[in-house]
Amino acid sequence: MKVQEIIQRFGLKPVAGESGLDREVRGGYCGDLLSDVMANAGDGALWLTIQSHKNIVGVCVLRELAAVVLVNGREPDDDTRAKADEEGIPILTTERSAFETAGLLHEAGVGRAGE
Amino acid sequence: MKRYRADLHIHSCLSPCASLDMSPRAVVERSVERGIDVIALCDHNSAENVGAAVRAGRRSGLRVLPGLEINSEEEVHTLAIFDTEEQALAMQEILYAALKGSNRPDVFGDQVVANEMDEVEGFCDRLLIGAVGIGLHQVVREIRRLGGVSIASHVDRPSYSILGQLGFIPEDLLLDAVEVSSRGSVESVRRAVPEDREPALGLVTSSDAHELDDIGSATTWLFVESLEVEELGLAFRGDLGRRVEIPARTG
Repeated sequence: MKVQEIIQRFGLKPVAGESGLDREVRGGYCGDLLSDVMANAGDGALWLTIQSHKNIVGVCVLRELAAVVLVNGREPDDDTRAKADEEGIPILTTERSAFETAGLLHEAGVGRAGE
Repeated sequence: MKRYRADLHIHSCLSPCASLDMSPRAVVERSVERGIDVIALCDHNSAENVGAAVRAGRRSGLRVLPGLEINSEEEVHTLAIFDTEEQALAMQEILYAALKGSNRPDVFGDQVVANEMDEVEGFCDRLLIGAVGIGLHQVVREIRRLGGVSIASHVDRPSYSILGQLGFIPEDLLLDAVEVSSRGSVESVRRAVPEDREPALGLVTSSDAHELDDIGSATTWLFVESLEVEELGLAFRGDLGRRVEIPARTG
């Protein structure tokens, strides 16, 4: 499933890095500690977090994550937006919590084999 | 008691996120121009540019305290400030043993090791932006064991700060002071820091400079007898007539 399709199906709002909306989502990961995400998120994961600083974009590039979802209504910092635009890493926002968002994605089969 | 203008949180070109213009020598020169008496050079998880800055400072009459900004397991930033380069390098050795990964300069930025003559000595290839696998309490204990003082970085900011990551300042954490960022509200931090804490936590502000123009954008007055770390500790606690004072902010 592409990031673009996830946005439409789950009502997420793209706020930066729109040139990467055709990136493929192959799984998901929740985490607010960058070190944990770097160690454990799989390639192509959609990353749900509250962290909004620009290093989240670096982590996505490093780990080849598909996109970031900022939960709880968080907004990216200005330098995060700039870096995401530069790298083509989509940043999406939602008012929902990480728990609710992950539940919806999981129920819809995001990241399961064959999806 | 003497009064010194201090900016205790300045990065150099070794920090991946800092400007390449921030050579140890350039940092020292700009600090002198800004009328600062003492700085602490605190790169992320590393003290590899500290010696050059101390030597450049000696030539320019600026006191440079060797420091590091440590990113603990909780992704909380803490400044460690020492008297000597050897102490800072001993701290670095502990951190390096617990720091995984290699830097990607294209993603996070270059990590330049420079000498006091402004010459590039090499590049640090460790992932300095990363978190060390050591918890905050242990980090602060090691700083104290090595003879340094600990300052919780930019506690008013949501990212990488003790209040952002933990939400509170643990009572049993051996911190010496907390730092308000250059644009932060001193009053709101004062309210967030427990008043009845013993010993008292000092309240300082500093620039957290990543660009030369940031240097001195926030400074703290130190009322101390000399610029030794022991005196800083007394000033943070408000002991023996030593104290720190944040100048009133304009704008």
